[in-house]
Amino acid sequence: MTDLNLLNQVRAFIDAEADMLDFEQYAEWLDLWTPEGTYVVPIDPKETDFSNTLNYAYDKEEMRKLRVARLESGEAVSTQTTDKTVRQMGRFRILDENDTHVDVRCSMYLSECRHGNLKTYPADITYKLLKADGEFRIEEKVIRLQNSNSYLSSIGYIL
Amino acid sequence: MTEMIDIKPVVADYDSMIKPDKVHSDLYSNADIYEDELDKIFNNTWVWVGHESEVPDVGSYKTAMIGRHSVIVSRDRKKNIHVLLNRCRHRAATVCEGKRGKTKSFMCPYHGWGYSLDGALRAVPKPEEYEGVFDKSEYPLVSLRFETYQGLIFATFKEDLEPLEDFLGGAKKWIDLFVKQGGGYPLKVLGDHRFRFPGNWKIQLENTTDAYHFPIVHKSFVSSVDDQTAEVFDFLDGEGHVEDLGNGHSVMVMIPELVDLDKDLEAPIPERFQELADELAAEGHSDLEVRRMVRAVGGSGFNLNLFPNVACSMAFFRVLAPISVNETEIHHVAIGGEGAPSGFNQMRLRLHEHFQGPMGFGTPDDAEAWERVQKGSHAGSDEWILLNRGQENLTTSPDGNISGAVCSETGMRAAYQQWKKMMTA
Repeated sequence: MTDLNLLNQVRAFIDAEADMLDFEQYAEWLDLWTPEGTYVVPIDPKETDFSNTLNYAYDKEEMRKLRVARLESGEAVSTQTTDKTVRQMGRFRILDENDTHVDVRCSMYLSECRHGNLKTYPADITYKLLKADGEFRIEEKVIRLQNSNSYLSSIGYIL
Repeated sequence: MTEMIDIKPVVADYDSMIKPDKVHSDLYSNADIYEDELDKIFNNTWVWVGHESEVPDVGSYKTAMIGRHSVIVSRDRKKNIHVLLNRCRHRAATVCEGKRGKTKSFMCPYHGWGYSLDGALRAVPKPEEYEGVFDKSEYPLVSLRFETYQGLIFATFKEDLEPLEDFLGGAKKWIDLFVKQGGGYPLKVLGDHRFRFPGNWKIQLENTTDAYHFPIVHKSFVSSVDDQTAEVFDFLDGEGHVEDLGNGHSVMVMIPELVDLDKDLEAPIPERFQELADELAAEGHSDLEVRRMVRAVGGSGFNLNLFPNVACSMAFFRVLAPISVNETEIHHVAIGGEGAPSGFNQMRLRLHEHFQGPMGFGTPDDAEAWERVQKGSHAGSDEWILLNRGQENLTTSPDGNISGAVCSETGMRAAYQQWKKMMTA
């Protein structure tokens, strides 16, 4: 039987994260993470050994901060021509839960608008969330883009 | 009566479109010129299709493009490599849709014709209707001529083309230097980033020896690295150069001290690699081995541009595939050492992810600039692309080649002269 209370808590947390990214509240987003947390966008959606394979992004804390700094600096021309993103999170499912962690899988439909062209990136996302003082912190977020094994275009924001 | 002579009309006066110091904007946007390029260049020269490490075992395969042709690179049961047209001999369906992997055979999904790893036609369902029509030995997958140099595999449709090593010529010395970045281990492909941009393939070709854009386009990347590394990438006023290697190939040396990775092994270990050096030493590697790996981990200090579709670009292979006159697919192929310590290969992967690919801190900004070039090049009725930077400041390199400043457009001029030669042949 699904724990609806937990599901609602998880969903509220992930929706808030999505809102932070769409509205570019990056400092708040960085605070959602544990210091050891890993943000991954793999190429092969079946891959699980992320550190020993090539990914689109494999960010530990320092790289997450640098990625945010790059977006906020105004120095990267590719980040200046993408209008804000709109993402819809859905299809939430608790995969596992214990005293310290919750593993969640959900879907994301993200649309971007670059140079006036609307483009959609559907993805499956898995989260490993740490339970910390009645809140969650992200220990791992893996974004498996539906077309990751094919070719992409520039992604000038955080998925 | 119409003459039945199969001569394609001349689509443009190429001589007049390529000047020593500029090229005409139509080269980016004229669809007829693009189709002509696929015939006269991509069907007519050595085109890079892969690295031997991508097909390491019996049954390994990868797919690649030679202009408009899909090809399969495979390794058969005798461990021989083959480059095969990805097209069933019956009714033309592709027989392989994977990027790379392992298989026992290639099977056409339409009528079930089965081909072995060397391309031989092995099985035809319900063969009785072919009795007296043909023998299976007549219809293997079409096999292309290929040759390799330092593990790089090039294929061609042209049986009488000069040997690969003659074509590479002055570039061979630089390939020899490039493959040293395995850090004492054979070079191995670790994966690739694939992305497309809405622009002509030659815009990417030009970029590989364009140092001029680096501090502008890649300001955000430079801001993201430590001061010592930023200094290494501040090469516009340094001692680097760009050299015309002949046959459209060129090399841009950005960081002269990193040209030969076997030299200067006693140099101080850069701060950003100290942790890796400590890790490798703790694993029991000798001081020399550690220094060799640390020196190689960031790649070579130059970009070697090989006409028309591949570059040995500092720490990766850059492969381009024309999709249409105004769309190009790029593969940024990450490389490391076969059997090298995992820490070494992991560092190479993380460095690749940092700059390259659609989510890197460098590539998206390149792609933005290229897209804007394509868009802007449509403006005006008879406009030109300038390639005259540094043309009055040329010297002769120790190898006897034309050489310009690191931020000159010497490499682009070399590529367009080869383009003109092939398009007017």
